[in-house]
Parts: sequence; structure tokens; C-alpha cells
Amino acid sequence: MTMTFDQPKTRTENQTRTGATVEFRGLQRSFGNVRALAGLNLTVGRGELVALLGPSGCGKTTALRVVAGFEQPDAGEVLVDGQDITRVPAHRRDAGMVFQSYSLFPHLSALDNVAFGLRMRGVGRAERRARAGELLDLVGLPDQADRYPHQLSGGQQQRIALARALALRPRVLLLDEPLSALDARVRLSLRDEIRRLQQELGITTLFVTHDQEEALSLADRVAVMNAGRLEQCAPPAQLYARPATAFVAEFVGVMSRIPARADGATVHVLGRTLPIDGDPAHGDVDVLLRPESIEVVAAADGSAQVLGAAFLGAITRLSVRSAAGTTVKVDVPSPAATTLPVGSHVELALPDRPVLVAPRKEQARA
Amino acid sequence: MARLAMAVTALRGRIRWSRGVVLLIAGTYFLLPMVCSVVFSIDVPGQGVTFDAYTGILGADGFLDSLTLTLELAAATVVSVLLLLVPALITVRLTAPRLRWVIEVVCSLPLVVPAIALVAGIGTVLRWGPDHLADTPLYDTFIAIQDPDFPVVLVLAYTLMALPLAYRTLDGGLAAIDLKVLVEAARACGANWPRAVLQVVLPNLRGALLNTAFLTLALVLGEYTVAAILGYRPFAVWIVGIGGSQAEMSVAVSVIGLLVTWVLLLALATAGRPRSARTKTTAETS
Repeated sequence: MTMTFDQPKTRTENQTRTGATVEFRGLQRSFGNVRALAGLNLTVGRGELVALLGPSGCGKTTALRVVAGFEQPDAGEVLVDGQDITRVPAHRRDAGMVFQSYSLFPHLSALDNVAFGLRMRGVGRAERRARAGELLDLVGLPDQADRYPHQLSGGQQQRIALARALALRPRVLLLDEPLSALDARVRLSLRDEIRRLQQELGITTLFVTHDQEEALSLADRVAVMNAGRLEQCAPPAQLYARPATAFVAEFVGVMSRIPARADGATVHVLGRTLPIDGDPAHGDVDVLLRPESIEVVAAADGSAQVLGAAFLGAITRLSVRSAAGTTVKVDVPSPAATTLPVGSHVELALPDRPVLVAPRKEQARA
Repeated sequence: MARLAMAVTALRGRIRWSRGVVLLIAGTYFLLPMVCSVVFSIDVPGQGVTFDAYTGILGADGFLDSLTLTLELAAATVVSVLLLLVPALITVRLTAPRLRWVIEVVCSLPLVVPAIALVAGIGTVLRWGPDHLADTPLYDTFIAIQDPDFPVVLVLAYTLMALPLAYRTLDGGLAAIDLKVLVEAARACGANWPRAVLQVVLPNLRGALLNTAFLTLALVLGEYTVAAILGYRPFAVWIVGIGGSQAEMSVAVSVIGLLVTWVLLLALATAGRPRSARTKTTAETS
């Protein structure tokens, strides 16, 4: 399990090969009337794991498939280590890929699946079997070598698909929602495993997902995409704390809106005046608030009311109707939540910290 | 509890009994004609039981020639059907799935054209062609495809007639695998197009390929109309021919033909089982 991958005796080529940089420049791709990519620009550094996150249809999978060579862009280019690979056929690209659906070759054993790429490269039988064996060790399945895909569980199949993708020592690893077909427990363990391998091998990795928790916990940087464009690409903590656009703010994590009036550098909200985090704003705006940054206290004459509660373990997430009529999500420690039953009147309060604002959005009054 | 067990036993007994009836009816329907054929072919009036009809087959005039011709035609037809359909179906599924219905319609056309209409058309063209093309190289082509030693025109006709069956089987086989993902996975592993198809797609289509081959083989073995009207003498035509003069032998040949077909079917069924299933026991014990 913990053996390192870079020292096998069988290494003959690419001794110094490590991750490459990947750069998207003005990538465009349309399917009929649907614009999957509308000018995507993104640079991924050497050995970095970048998660492409977005709602379905935002173009994240298309972007990945362009790198793999399965889609041709209508315009723009993809550069790997500064070289334009847009016209290179898929099988000559130096990229390993793991697919969302189980993609192992059903007629080959696990070992032969992993060795398939080496066979295509003309590596001798003994050598490729030895190397495939090392890779099975690496993904923790050394005793499943002779099994066929239909005899393996979903998690095992995806591990072997990962080993197969790594067998040719690609400079770029492409993961197209590899965990979404797995059940929750397996998903968590394989997620950690992917991260461990990626860091151990120093391989540049693009990870497509629609699961924000997966993206935030796994990636060095998360690239949030919407309608074929990049909204923001930043480390998870920054993405969460300083979303660049209202779309990012509401797509990543839970965000509540409270109507407020902005006055240049400050905003008046819930009876307080707080500094604005970011560009100054004027007039009617919404203040964007994370559930953990709002405080709630029981008050018999409070203007807000608890509508519902969801127990999440250490915390309980309350849905509270604010005085302005919007529904606000508030996290409270679970023991404290017992004093705030559904239907009780409460008062919302904000800590003395700068807040994010966005242009006012009309929403259904709860 | 005991009553429940008794009820279950009684129910099971009734199911077994009804199964027996079905088996008996089906068995009679299938086996009785065969038994009668065998009896007819070995029990010659006035001579008692004799296997002359069977031993005489090999020495019969034209037996080996017609059988060889039929097997050659069958092999050529299988190859041309597969070469025609497999690349076409894979290409359509991967690059233009919306065109699938075109292929489906084209491949189903032979079903609505009876063999007799087909052969009438072919006969007309064969007669008409040489007159109009006497001065062109196509004249020689027309002569060549009618060579009695290996009539290519029959292969063409049989290929057409096999298309509906072959299409259904191959399309079913392709629908059962995730073609797009398999090809993309192979390409990501560094396989170019031909290798992706040969080393990943075809092995996973093995069952469908073998079934197609078998159906085509069965069709060619039994085809009479086209060959007889165009004046060739493959196996089926030969059997009908000797039926007029040596009744016992024609039935004996049919019985053998049936057995050979049955053995072929069993062989294909065994070969068509995925390798993983056959090696399962070894994998589990290792």
C-alpha cells in the first residue's frame, strides 16, 4: 500500500518525468445550439490538483474531454507544457483518464486491464506484468489481479481504472467524476486514496465533479464553471471566504441573502452598520451570509421565526424567516438548538465583521 | 408449518407434472419427425435394417463437391457480412447515432423482398449486363462472378439475405456493451482506432459475432431457391436432386445435416460464453 511508485527497477524511460502544466486558452465548443464552452481560460500548474466544479451542463466535462482528445474545440487551444496539443490524436496524448462509468475492459483480467496501455506501447510481456503488478499494489488490490471486472465491486473497479490510467506514467491525469457511481463510504476512502497517490506521484490532475464537498476537500484549487466560462479559480478556503461572483458565493457552500441598504463602503443590515467586504456598493443590495456567521438568540418578541431544523451532528442548521421575509440558514451548536424549537420567535444578529454584498435579487418570500 | 410444507410439496409436484406434459408435447413435436426420418432411412422394405444409405453418402456422386461448395460459400458469406456490417455499425454508433435507423431500414429490406423476387432481379441483370457491357472490362466481371466453381453472385445474394439476421444480432451485441466508453478508454491507453476496435471492441462482441456467423452459416446451408434458379448445385440443391432418385439417401443426408448443425450450435454456444465465466472457478480457487 505504501510503497513508492517512482523507484521500480523496470523503469526504462521518462526517468525525470513529472507533472506538466495545462493551459486552456479561449476554448469554445458548441453542440448544436448549446454552448458547452464559451471561451474558457484556465492554467493548471505542475503537479497541481484542480477540481472543475459546476452545475451539470456548465462545460466541465467537455473541457476535460478536450484535454483527452475526445472533443475538438471550435476555437481556442489547449497547451500541455506550453505545447499546443489541440491537433494531436487522443492516443498520442500523454494523459491518463478515469471515467464516470465503469470502463474496465470486460474481457480482460484486472492485471491485463492495467497492462493494456503498456501492451499498446509494445512493452514486453514479463515487464508489463511486473509493472501492472506494482500498480495494483499501489492502489491496494494486489490480490485481485486475476479477477475479471464483473467479479469486482464498483470501488475496486474504479481503483483498477485508476491504476490503468497511471500505468503509462502520464503527465496529466484526468478524472471525470470517478466517484459519483460509488456509495458514500467507498467514495470517501477512494477520495483520500486519489489525493494520496496524486501527491505521491506529483502528477498534474484535473478532477471534474458536481459535488462541492468533494472539490473543496480534495483540490489544491477549485475552478468554478458556469455556462461554459470560468467564474473563479481559487484555493478552497479563499473560494469559500471570498467568492468572486454571486454565482460562486451561492454555488459553493450555503449562502443566505438578507436585504440591506448599501452606502458606499458600509451597509445597513439588521439594525447595524457593517463594512462591505470588496467593492463599494450603493442602494438596495443583498448581504450574503454563511450559516456559521449568523447568530441567533431566543427572544419572545423577536421579529424572526424558526421554520425548521436539520440535525447535522455537532451542529443543527435552522431555517429562520427574517423580518424582511427571506429565509436564512443559521448554524447553531446542537445542544443550543434545543432552546430554539420550530415555531419559536428569535432575533438574528451579525458579528462585527465585513460582509459580502450582491445586487438585490427578488426571491420568493417564504 | 407442516401443512404449509405439505402444500408446497403438492404445489411442486403439480408444477413438475405440468412441466412433464410440456416437455412431452415439445419433445414429440421435435423428435418424432427425426425418429421417423432415421427409421425411414435405415429400414428398407425387403432388406430389413441397413445402414447403406449412410455409408453410401460419401461415395455418392456430387456429395463432396456440393458440400465443399456450400461450405466455401458459407465462409465467404460470413466474412463479407461481418466485414460489411461490423465497421458500419460501430461507426454509426460512435459518430452518428441518429443515422441508426437508416442502417436498420436498409438491413431489414431483404426481409420484405422474397428470395424468388431477388433471384428474378439478379437473373435479369445477369442476362442483360453482358449485352450492354460487351465492350467494357465489366463484361469479364460479369463472367467471373458466375464461375460455377465459385459463384460470387451467390455470395452477394446470400450476404443480402443474411443482413436482417446479422443486423439484429450484431446490434444487440453492441447495445450490450458501453461502446463509446470502451473505445475512449482504449484510446486513452494509447490504442489507435484499429487497435481499439480489434483488441477491445471485437473481443467483447465475441458472442454476437459467433451468433451472426452461425445464423449466416445456417442460412447458406439451407438456401435452395436462389442457387437452384441460377443453376448452381450447392448442398441443398444436391439433396433435392437425389431425393428424386434415392429417397433413403436424401433423408439420411438430412439427418446428418441436422446433427452437424446441432453440434455446430453447441460448439458456438460453448465458445460464445465469455472467457471470464469459464475461468471463474480457477480465479476463485487461486
